[in-house]
Amino acid sequence: MTLALDIFTVSAVSAGVFFFLAGTVGLLRFPDALTRLHALTKVDNLGLGLVVLGLLPQANGPFSALKLVSIWLLVQLSGAIVTQLIAGAIRPRGPHR
Amino acid sequence: MTILSVFDIGLVVLILGIGASTIAVREAFAAVIGFVVYGLLLAIAWVRLSAVDVALTEAAIGGGMTGMLLLGAVARLRFAEGNDVRTSLPTRLAAGVMCALIAAGLAIAILSPPDPIPTLAPMVMEHLAQSGLGNPVAGVLFVYRALDTLLEKVVLILALLGVWSLAPDSVWGGIPGLRVYARPGSTLTFLAQLLPPVGIVVAFYMCWVGAKEPGGAFQGGTVLAAMWLLVMIAGLKRIPSISQSWLRLLLVVGPVIFLAIGLAGMVLANAFLDYPAGYAKPLIVAVEVALTLSIGVALGMLASGPPERVRQP
Repeated sequence: MTLALDIFTVSAVSAGVFFFLAGTVGLLRFPDALTRLHALTKVDNLGLGLVVLGLLPQANGPFSALKLVSIWLLVQLSGAIVTQLIAGAIRPRGPHR
Repeated sequence: MTILSVFDIGLVVLILGIGASTIAVREAFAAVIGFVVYGLLLAIAWVRLSAVDVALTEAAIGGGMTGMLLLGAVARLRFAEGNDVRTSLPTRLAAGVMCALIAAGLAIAILSPPDPIPTLAPMVMEHLAQSGLGNPVAGVLFVYRALDTLLEKVVLILALLGVWSLAPDSVWGGIPGLRVYARPGSTLTFLAQLLPPVGIVVAFYMCWVGAKEPGGAFQGGTVLAAMWLLVMIAGLKRIPSISQSWLRLLLVVGPVIFLAIGLAGMVLANAFLDYPAGYAKPLIVAVEVALTLSIGVALGMLASGPPERVRQP
């Protein structure tokens, strides 16, 4: 049972790390700010989401698990809204009006 | 070499790289962003050193709050004239030599410590139970070095007075010049309505849990200040003028209660800032709650800047 949970943790965290890597490559390689923001949101949603999902079986009781999930939800909330605000700030002088 | 030491070496290389690029970069805005990233990486380094209290403070104050103050300064400098004056070569050389001397002194102190390294940690752990606290950092801050902690909070108020005294006489007692982006129905308004209830709970949780686990008044107060600033920037609450009496009361309530308990210690216990036996923990928690409020208001006002508008009647 523990072995199965450990395998789940390793695979989910690795998948999360893959999304972090992909998002970072996107941040460095994409041509303009809006597409770079798009790459970053993938890191917030899927990368951190998969890392948290993978860590859930290792959490120390239900309250720690709840804390992990709330961290993910808070990062989702602030990430989505800050992305909107940055996009709104650059849009008027961006390439397409 | 274990995987953790690989991680540590990578972290140190990153911190040094970000620190160097913060100094080398020409544009002030990019330097501030570098400084914030530096603060967050340093927080991870403190976690690796098992100093979670310091890590929380570094992330909140070093990365977050100072970053915001510096960004405000950069925004002001853009509109200020005559800021492209170049410092003369001797001044820069002198600054470089002084920095190198300080760095060398720190390196000598850290690389060749006396043997055995002097420490009071075993004594703190031995007597911690008497205070009723579980977090040794809180024990040192509020029991053994309480005077330092008290003065630290007074310094925060002095810093705020310094910012306020930048105001011209005509707007003294007026409203700080924080920029407000009030657009009803915008995503910022949504965030400012949704996040503060969560943030206030987190702030008081950090303050409460500080007695037995990492956390405390400074970390909680910073979260409180961030929530207040968010609500003010979104235009949901007006920025108070600095002559409001509730504002000034909240600013001093923490240090005043701390000082009052300290003075009472001279009568009820044995010395200034000593706690009567058995009452240490409730008194410390009361001081922490009051300090959280004061620190929150002081940091919020520091970030709001000096008064710029006359108070509306």
